[in-house]
Amino acid sequence: MEFFKIRRTIPFMRHALVFNVISLVTFLAAVFFLATKGLNLSVEFTGGTLIEVGYQEAANVDQVRRALDKAGYKAEVQTFGSSRDVLIRMHLAKDQSSADLSQKVIGLLQAEDKTAQLRRVEFVGPQVGRELADYGALALLVTAMGIVLYLWVRFEWRFGVSGIIANLHDVVIILGCFAFFQWEFSLPVLAAVLAVLGYSVNESVVVFDRVRENFRKMRKATTPEVIDSAITGVISRTIITHLCTQMMVTTMLVFGGPALHYFAVALTIGICFGIYSSVLVASPLVMWLGVDRAQFVRPAKKDRRDEHEGAVV
Amino acid sequence: MNRYPSWAYAAIALVVALALLYTLPNFFGESPAVQVSSIKATVRVDTALLGRVEETLKKASIPYTQTLLDPNSVRVRFTDTDTQLKAKDLIDKTLNPDPANATYVVALNLLSASPSWLASIRALPMYLGLDLRGGVHFLLQVDMQAALTKRIEGLGGEIRSNLRDKNVRHAGIVREGQALRIRFREAPVRAKARDVIGGITNDLVLVDRDDGQDLMLVGTLKPEAQKSIQEAAVKQNIVTLNKRVNELGVAEPVIQQQGTDRIVVQLPGVQDVARAKEILGRTATLEVRMVDEEAQRSGSTVNVDIFPERQRDGSVTQVPTKKQVVITGDQFTGAQATFDQDHRPAVSVDLDQSGGRVMRQVTRENLKHLMAIILFEKGKGEAISVARIQGEFGSRFQITGMFSAAETNTLSLLIRAGSLAAPMEIIEERTVGPSLGKDNIEKGFHATLWGFTAIVVFMTIYYVLFGLISSIALAVNVLLLIALLSLLQATLTLPGIAAIALTLGMAIDANVLINERIREEMRGGQSPQAAIHAGYERAWNTILDSNVTTFIVGVSLLMVPGAVRGFAVVHCLGILTSMFSAVIVSRAIVNLAYGHRRRVGHLSIGDTAWK
Repeated sequence: MEFFKIRRTIPFMRHALVFNVISLVTFLAAVFFLATKGLNLSVEFTGGTLIEVGYQEAANVDQVRRALDKAGYKAEVQTFGSSRDVLIRMHLAKDQSSADLSQKVIGLLQAEDKTAQLRRVEFVGPQVGRELADYGALALLVTAMGIVLYLWVRFEWRFGVSGIIANLHDVVIILGCFAFFQWEFSLPVLAAVLAVLGYSVNESVVVFDRVRENFRKMRKATTPEVIDSAITGVISRTIITHLCTQMMVTTMLVFGGPALHYFAVALTIGICFGIYSSVLVASPLVMWLGVDRAQFVRPAKKDRRDEHEGAVV
Repeated sequence: MNRYPSWAYAAIALVVALALLYTLPNFFGESPAVQVSSIKATVRVDTALLGRVEETLKKASIPYTQTLLDPNSVRVRFTDTDTQLKAKDLIDKTLNPDPANATYVVALNLLSASPSWLASIRALPMYLGLDLRGGVHFLLQVDMQAALTKRIEGLGGEIRSNLRDKNVRHAGIVREGQALRIRFREAPVRAKARDVIGGITNDLVLVDRDDGQDLMLVGTLKPEAQKSIQEAAVKQNIVTLNKRVNELGVAEPVIQQQGTDRIVVQLPGVQDVARAKEILGRTATLEVRMVDEEAQRSGSTVNVDIFPERQRDGSVTQVPTKKQVVITGDQFTGAQATFDQDHRPAVSVDLDQSGGRVMRQVTRENLKHLMAIILFEKGKGEAISVARIQGEFGSRFQITGMFSAAETNTLSLLIRAGSLAAPMEIIEERTVGPSLGKDNIEKGFHATLWGFTAIVVFMTIYYVLFGLISSIALAVNVLLLIALLSLLQATLTLPGIAAIALTLGMAIDANVLINERIREEMRGGQSPQAAIHAGYERAWNTILDSNVTTFIVGVSLLMVPGAVRGFAVVHCLGILTSMFSAVIVSRAIVNLAYGHRRRVGHLSIGDTAWK
């Protein structure tokens, strides 16, 4: 079986400007929503208490809300995963002692309905939350620097720069989606976002590798032609790979339950934009930055390896 | 061209066999067990204890399947949880006849049901995180300022009694913030005092200062002393927490320092969170102080601390005490509930050497004066006993107050459980009920299984034999990853399971790259053997580059604590195993399938002839 029987090189670079404009617009929209709506950060980042309560039958969210209101707790109540599970979110309050809050709440709910069962409590103090946000930002920074450096050493600085721009643009778009829909941004989502960053870079590297190879092989072609042929050469594997990864992520979305839901959602958005950005954003950027054959053919060391490879084949 | 030497096949087979072996324990599940370990340093766990436990169970005819003895504990397995619960109560009653003075911790546990020969080669099931097995996680912040204040106050007391002994007259010792101010009337006395203080401690920086009226000596803690005090405070709190957790009877508690001033406590399988929190959060400490009898008469509140005292008739009187602390909580080494000569409930306490010395001196000097024993709980002090000193005593004495027998039990337990060097605050708490843990495992497992199946089906249809080989390589990847996680005993969490799934989804990329490359080489007119060779050779560079970049991300994710780290550990390990399985294992299978044939007319990799 073969999905893609591409006989001619597809002139991607002819439309480079269009692709770049599209991504710029999505990017700006994402930034706009991030700035105006902001992320709906989970308790892990903001500090607060999260209580998951399980009932034997469908839970009465209103009743839970009333009970908490009566006791003077400010809380958001919603069902979680199934109708029998209720998630109670409470932000930090000065007069609420964290340590026994969960005990009081579950006591309150059990007074209303004996089947109420404490499934999970998460309490995060304000300083821990702030630290996590700091660590998250630091991880993002280290990741970005590491990737740029690696691509610089392995390829050329232009690849490093355009790779990271293209992929940070994925990250911003995921964040923009989370801001737009006000989905909860939790630690697993942060992990997913950073994993997407690695995944998209991985994607760009595959294209870049081919670009480098084709620069050496196609001595007479222009830069856009080389890039076009590289993308055409790998497009089939790009789509197959993403399909496989997406199959895994989809099963996570379906079977993984509420705990992994937004993790899988973030990955889905990331995978879709990952294809787009690595192929249609990173490559034009490399071209605009002025990549040239001379940058790859010159180093004598690499040439020698090429010869060696040729001899084996 | 496409052959591996036979040792390479053998090595790969060996690795896979080992991986299989170390993955094995995960399939056996767990059986309920009771674990007995000793709380007291002087009591060892030995065959005698094992014999006692076995005998106890036999006498009560409670069936058990196996007993195990390791250096720290005796473990007994049972077939079901009902028997386990019954056995736990029985063993607890037999080994600890006096619950207030327990020697052993008897805890419920789950033991891997895998055969013992697997355990003997260190093949253990994966170590599940709290979100998968249920339990409580606390992150506690130690209040370092309080630790320093306490030390400064302790030094103040020591300096005061030493100056008195040496007859150096001072005009008052006060703590202001983290500094100690000692006032003097004359300069030579101050110089003398400086020498005396120098003889007691090296921890203070002493500065002369005058405020116009008095001469002063201001002492502050040296930075290195502060550091060592803080380190000691965290260490002591960990020891104290250990004692308290022992009381809870948790099978595998984790109590670790995190950073400079934090302590992580993890109690797997604990259901009764309220009790756990109560016992851990109890910051009860005892202090012995002298009652300020003058203030008691005059009702003055200047320079005294006032504590309530509960009387037998229920009324409360206020007891003014001097600010100076005679004995602090960390000087108590033991406590037992007993009865005094008049058969009233009492607590007999033991002090350490320095405490005993101070006590002897103070009681000698303050005969017929009132001494108060104050219990601090949750930041509030209460005088639990106020008594006139009838004679000189040392490191062992009795506290008789308005106690019932039950109260003396609790009190002795509190004193024994030790005091905290500095107060702590829970800054993070995670509780996961056991049902949720089970749900999480199930969901994570299903997601991974179905995702894996989907990939296998798709790859086999799309790349035929090469797809099947890729799938086998992917299966080997799972095997290696689980074996590695089991071997390293890295904590597996729900994000970790998600990482397994995602890593598999990404690992197939390497095989897709290889297979696409082989097809391309075939279309380019290469012979099948050459195409295989070139496909693997050329794809390798790309695979390496892309895995290195993903690995960079994985490593930087390790910096973020909590759920993200659980994800990152598995992700990084998965990248390493995938490089091996996707490239080397799949190549080995391809080599076995094609490499040894003289002539290969066609590769089973799908349609390549459309060019």
